[in-house]
Amino acid sequence: MSESRMVGSSRLSGTMLAALGWAAALLMFFPVFWMVLTAFKHERDAFTSPPKFLFEPTLEQFDAVLSGGLESALLNSLWSTVGSTVLVVALALPAAYALSIRPVEKWTDVLFFFLSTRMLPVVGAIVPIYIIARDIGMLDNIWTLVVLYTAMNLPIAVWMLRSFMSEVPTEVLEAARVDGATLPQEARKVLFPMIAPGIAATALICVIFAWNEFFLAVTLTAVRAQTVPVYLVGFITSEGAFWARLSAAATLAAVPVLLCGWVAQRYLVRGLTLGAIK
Amino acid sequence: MATTATSAPRTLGRRRQTSSLSQERRRRRGPLLPALIFTIIVTQLPFIVTLVYSFFSWNLLRPGSREFAWFENYQEVLTGSRTWHALLVTVMLTVGAVLASVLVGLACALLVDRKFLGRGVCRTLLIAPFLIMPAAASLLWKTTMLNPVFGIVNWVLSPLGVGDVDWASSYPLFTIILVETWHWAPFMMLILLGGLQSQDRSVLEAARVDGATAVQSFRFLTLPHLRQFIELGVVLGSIYLVQTFDSIFMITQGGPGTATTNLPFELYQTAFRSFDVGEAAALGVIVVILTIIIATYALRVISRLFTDPVVASRVLDVSAYRRNEEVAA
Amino acid sequence: MSLRFGLALALLGALALGGCTWAGAGGGTGGGTVTVAIVANPQMRDIQELTGEFEREHPDITVRFVTLPENEARARITQDVATKAGQFDVVMIGTYEAPIWGRNDWLTDLTKYARDDRAYDVDDLMPAVRKGLSADGKLYAVPFYGESSFLMYRKDLFDQAGLEMPDKPTWTQVADFARKLKTPDRAGICLRGLPGWGEQLAPLGTVINTFGGRWYDENWNAQLTSPATTKAVTFYLNLIKEAGEPGAPNAGFSECLTAYTQGQAAMWYDATVAAGSLEDPKVSQVVGKNGYAPAPVEETDWSGWLWAWSLAIPKTAKDPDAAWDFVSWATSKEYIRMVGERLGWERVPPGSRLSTYEIPEFVEASAGSAEVTLDALKTIDPNNATKDPVPYTGIQYVQIPEFQDLGTRVSQQFAAVLAGNTSVEDALQTAQEEAEAVAEDGYKD
Repeated sequence: MSESRMVGSSRLSGTMLAALGWAAALLMFFPVFWMVLTAFKHERDAFTSPPKFLFEPTLEQFDAVLSGGLESALLNSLWSTVGSTVLVVALALPAAYALSIRPVEKWTDVLFFFLSTRMLPVVGAIVPIYIIARDIGMLDNIWTLVVLYTAMNLPIAVWMLRSFMSEVPTEVLEAARVDGATLPQEARKVLFPMIAPGIAATALICVIFAWNEFFLAVTLTAVRAQTVPVYLVGFITSEGAFWARLSAAATLAAVPVLLCGWVAQRYLVRGLTLGAIK
Repeated sequence: MATTATSAPRTLGRRRQTSSLSQERRRRRGPLLPALIFTIIVTQLPFIVTLVYSFFSWNLLRPGSREFAWFENYQEVLTGSRTWHALLVTVMLTVGAVLASVLVGLACALLVDRKFLGRGVCRTLLIAPFLIMPAAASLLWKTTMLNPVFGIVNWVLSPLGVGDVDWASSYPLFTIILVETWHWAPFMMLILLGGLQSQDRSVLEAARVDGATAVQSFRFLTLPHLRQFIELGVVLGSIYLVQTFDSIFMITQGGPGTATTNLPFELYQTAFRSFDVGEAAALGVIVVILTIIIATYALRVISRLFTDPVVASRVLDVSAYRRNEEVAA
Repeated sequence: MSLRFGLALALLGALALGGCTWAGAGGGTGGGTVTVAIVANPQMRDIQELTGEFEREHPDITVRFVTLPENEARARITQDVATKAGQFDVVMIGTYEAPIWGRNDWLTDLTKYARDDRAYDVDDLMPAVRKGLSADGKLYAVPFYGESSFLMYRKDLFDQAGLEMPDKPTWTQVADFARKLKTPDRAGICLRGLPGWGEQLAPLGTVINTFGGRWYDENWNAQLTSPATTKAVTFYLNLIKEAGEPGAPNAGFSECLTAYTQGQAAMWYDATVAAGSLEDPKVSQVVGKNGYAPAPVEETDWSGWLWAWSLAIPKTAKDPDAAWDFVSWATSKEYIRMVGERLGWERVPPGSRLSTYEIPEFVEASAGSAEVTLDALKTIDPNNATKDPVPYTGIQYVQIPEFQDLGTRVSQQFAAVLAGNTSVEDALQTAQEEAEAVAEDGYKD
């Protein structure tokens, strides 16, 4: 939509819509903002009536969080998140291809199967998973999480990528084929750039799910493979005050994912190559 | 270039004109196999073990109590009123949260699809609720936001005459739906934004030139294009929202009474309060069966995701291949 | 095409297997590492800070911690110990679990360890706590800190209103005070309402006992609809409704702590360890304004619960001797002194040893709560907590494995009463049925 063609009234409505967009963003973000604010308070200021916007800030909560062994948890989380997401995208892209562009005959059944693997609540299967992991000696091992997170995110990645791929017009692919491209070339040069926003959205969602996953992590890890969510939850005490400290921990835990979100949303930019191909 | 459905396979397979049906089939299945095999191994093994456990009466706290019990666990689960009440709560919660998050997500996606000052920052802010660890976010919602005395929601609403409303106790289901919508609307927004981005701009431009208003253009061009993405969001979101656990655990503990006890929370109580592994497994299996039934109905009857004509047209046309082979023979 | 993918899959599999060995697969730890699973309470955080001392004294032992909130810790530890997975060498459990798990043969018997270690002075352990952690004469866990319950109140508000807290208050008196001190901005008393066998039922359990009620009679007939129990529960729930905190159905220890330390409650009946937070200027707005009275009674001579977060060694521990080295260090007199001198006397883990209460700095820093706590811990008796005889042990709980589930479900009913969704009679009736079902299933003859 070329902005230069906007007439006076639509520029006004354009500004109003932009303002509305900002209002929505700030409203959605407010609880996060409040959490970050609380992270800088002493416990006695964290939870007051009326809520305090002005207070004496302190860094002691962050200090306590950072000195408790966050580094190893961070490394483990990075390993499990990046590892599983890379695996997921590597497995899901060809699978999505086989379900949308050159589909297998039973594509609806395959899709349904993938979805069905997400239907069993983890809580119900956690004791079996624990016992299997114990028996194969994979308790407290970061690879266990990598494998499980991959399986956890694969269905949604396949579904999402498939949706984006099915949008690609057949003519475009044929045009590339006519030009003599082989399948990997066709994929790399034509397909992936066209669905780049889709890949970005999918990867971001997989990263978020893996990074924040708590239940499997707390059950299957102990000291070596502990991830950030498990570390974070350790600040919730039953016989003390902990709101400010928990806020600090949650804020720190969200920073890496926030960065990923920032990077990914830049790919969610209007159809880069569609026009170029045409 | 106009291609008909029957000629498409032939054009796409032009490189290997002598490929047989089985060769083409294998070629198509190849890319799918790694993901499929991986998923089968990693997910079906625990599921089978769960299924096996569901036929045993086994309480972790009573060592040596594991014994084969036929369908006792299923009987216990299916005749207990707790299960059905939890099912009702699950349905209400899922429907409410999915609807609300799709609406909010759609609104947000539309607002940030346009170009304006600071759009990138705006988008990142909108995604933020989805990034925070759900357990921590729920706990902070319960205390810093919704607490009747110290929470900021009541403080903000006090000029409007709202007193010390105890949200979590008086409106428990509403509270959970609110927190879940806040958490999942960004997810819907991401999917819908991806869909909006893949829209053909030239068509929209042409419509604008022809004098269509924004509303008309949305209703007749964008919305149909978005339909499959909305359905995708609903399907995926539902699968996740059925399993809502963190917010219930942190905010209401399934209460007051059992007002917000959904199936996952009931499962948790069975598995980690009574430590009845067999019953928990049985309940888990029942949840899977129920979800499969509902999903089958939703996907094959209501949704258009599985009747996508574009994809259907690309599926192997077996008869064309057979004809090919006859000709070649 | 598919061949290439097949190869990739095989490579991935090989990597994974290799990664297994690289990451040192195998359950639990080896070679001089002691893995400790603890509950995330402030006193436990202090152990982590001071573990460097222990490692200096024992250079061949490394200590690693897994810290989780109470619910998650309990679930995780139970799962590990019950399935004998051996992930932890030392676990933190309470007086509820220790005897049950000891009898299940899940825990190492610590009697000999404690007796042979002269410096440990096992007789210095708080007797009631020590009894609570033993079964059939064997000691299965040693206390890290012990607690009972007492009544905390704002001395300044009492003076203002011209009221005086008696030395041994009764619940009737306390209810009266609460109603008098209640204002629109301030609760008269804060009492836990959050569902949970260890949350709401801890104070409510003691109230039931002191009103003459009980969970079961000698023949395992559930007594939740008996006149005494009904009176107790009605009293508790009505008191909260009339003079208690807003948001009661979701108010646990943390919420009440916040309410009281922010000046939003005039009294608070809860754990003795709360005193530490009350007198901490970083947390509390009411430092120095607090009085402490023993747990209110009604028809019994004493009230108050018994709980001790304690360290036990599962039978699956690889090196029980090293584990005992750590356990005895963390629960020793020297450790208590170290915390007091290095981190401050208000952070000392209370209630585990008699000698702690002979340290003048500790008593002084407690601002009056130490004496009341010691009195409580010396008086309570888990074998004699109710007016009428009972077939179970435990003060605020029934020491049977099913109680975690039963207690939580019953407390959910009571929380529903607080939310106005049901009546006390209906809640008690439902609770009675649940309790009867449990007794039928495993205890009644």
